[in-house]
Amino acid sequence: MHVGRLAAIATLAVLIALAVGWFLLFPSGREPAQRPLASADVKLGEYLVRAGNCYSCHTAHGGQAYAGGRAIVTPYGTLYSSNITPDKQTGLGAWTSADFWHALHEGKSKDGSLLYPAFPYWAYTKVSREDADAMYAYLKSIAPVSQQNRPHEMRFPYDQRPLLAGWRALYFREGEFKADPRETSEWNRGAYLVEGLGHCAACHAQRGAWGSVRQKDIGGGLIPMLNWYAPSLGSKRAPDEIAEFLKHGVSSGRAAFGPMSEVIRDSLQHLALADLRAMAVYLRSRGDGDDEAASGSRLTGAQQEQLMTLGARVYRDRCADCHQPGGEGVPRIYPRLAGNEAILMGNPVNAIRIVLNGGFPPSTRGNPKPYGMPPFAHVLSDGEIAAVVTYVRGAWGNRGAPVSSVQVAGARGVPLD
Amino acid sequence: MSVWCGLAHAQQVPDTLEQRLAACAACHGKNGEGLKANEYYPRIAGKPAGYLFNQLVNFREHRRQSPAMNYIVAFLSDDYLRDIARHYAMQAPAFPPPQQQPSSEVRARGEALMKRGDAPRKIPACTACHGERLTGMAPAIPGLLGLEVNYIAAQMGAWRNGLRRAQAPDCMANIASRLEPGDIEALAAWLAIQPVKLPDPLPAGSLKLPMECGGT
Repeated sequence: MHVGRLAAIATLAVLIALAVGWFLLFPSGREPAQRPLASADVKLGEYLVRAGNCYSCHTAHGGQAYAGGRAIVTPYGTLYSSNITPDKQTGLGAWTSADFWHALHEGKSKDGSLLYPAFPYWAYTKVSREDADAMYAYLKSIAPVSQQNRPHEMRFPYDQRPLLAGWRALYFREGEFKADPRETSEWNRGAYLVEGLGHCAACHAQRGAWGSVRQKDIGGGLIPMLNWYAPSLGSKRAPDEIAEFLKHGVSSGRAAFGPMSEVIRDSLQHLALADLRAMAVYLRSRGDGDDEAASGSRLTGAQQEQLMTLGARVYRDRCADCHQPGGEGVPRIYPRLAGNEAILMGNPVNAIRIVLNGGFPPSTRGNPKPYGMPPFAHVLSDGEIAAVVTYVRGAWGNRGAPVSSVQVAGARGVPLD
Repeated sequence: MSVWCGLAHAQQVPDTLEQRLAACAACHGKNGEGLKANEYYPRIAGKPAGYLFNQLVNFREHRRQSPAMNYIVAFLSDDYLRDIARHYAMQAPAFPPPQQQPSSEVRARGEALMKRGDAPRKIPACTACHGERLTGMAPAIPGLLGLEVNYIAAQMGAWRNGLRRAQAPDCMANIASRLEPGDIEALAAWLAIQPVKLPDPLPAGSLKLPMECGGT
């Protein structure tokens, strides 16, 4: 307790110093010109609000759309999303398009207070003023909902908002997207969407100190608090297959699960295939998708052989009917397991949790009634699940490291949502 | 979509709800008959489709708490949940034989509450809403038979302490808040020993309800 308190005070001192320095260097008060609203296209704005997936975070479970109140649990405390409907008292009703632009571009609220970076302004800063104005126009057009924002519940010192200036000095670079003239317009459109509204790095980058995100580093990461592993976004796959997956939640070889299902349901399925393909083209240029090398096995050869034998039996009894004896799956129904990066990552937590809890890919317009995967938490032991996950990670030319029953036990009872 | 269906047929995956809902069958049984293993998974077969749909939505929106159920239905649309509800509403698997006999005192207390309620405590008779034969009523009042003692008691407890919620007005939460633990024990025990056949829920509107209900 004593040490923790000292650390907190030290952190506070550093952040205050940074904050003061930041304000001395960059006094605020720049004001871009307010543009006439009439020119903004509400329809385009709706599309962009979907692309930014404002819905998922700004809508509580069972709550009204965009009225906020969803809990966002972070390692520093719990944040509650705000009401972004145009209600005058409790929402954005009194905001101007310039206020909205400041929030997106600079991470500042109407009153100038600094926003927590759970709101991904570090990505939205890349959004163009024209697009921001269209989003504003759309959000002004939806039905106002009167719902007071719930105060955040952050721990000390993270409840001290001015300290965010320190975080910003270290980790935030303001600036609209700049197209790379050496690349195609499709690539640039993809980069704009992935790094801007899509804020993909929020999950697919390993977070640094104090929740910092490095936009360029989308090599995969464990999502804080949720404990799903968001895979690397670099990819060897064809852009059309990636676009299909993002549009429908299933593709010829895979199916969405976990938090990605929410992103597809609330955001990506609403985007045009051309935009999804552009995102895929950009992602393909970002490396080949190899995550951290599969961690070396600490099992002896004999132990591993025993696991594979038991795993093969469990697979035959429980999995092969759907995923097929050779792990080839059934296109757009049951994902392929042979060569599927989703189960081969160094961190095996996803494969373990899928076997434990089962689940459905999202209902989308292209796949409204998805086929589901049964949960096995209540019928298979930790050892059997370790064996079958080891088997699918090691059979048919797959080269993922074995999984232990301790890892399975650790994944039981982790909150799912 | 048509290309997809063609592929599905080529691989001979049945284009049926039963095939799609293997995830549900893993715990609730192939026909929704329920499962008693280390944990208890309730019978869902034959309950009114409206009731089942409300529960699926309540799980998706976190009004009911069950991490497994909250996650399984998290990303499914209203349309799909309605189909799932209809599918299980139409199933009619056999009931298990009644369970161990409670004492005659407990039985009498349960039967009295069930059939007459307790007016001074503002507890209506269960039969007033769920029907004289406890078959429930379309569209959204469930039948009460064929459930395990502990499951019934657990649901009553969950209503009392707010773990299980429904759209307002939450009539079952109101009723459960007026029950004592002994009442719940007696009700659950009496219900669990009733012989069951396969009666259908009463048609919608056939009972005049004693209180307002937002959907159980």
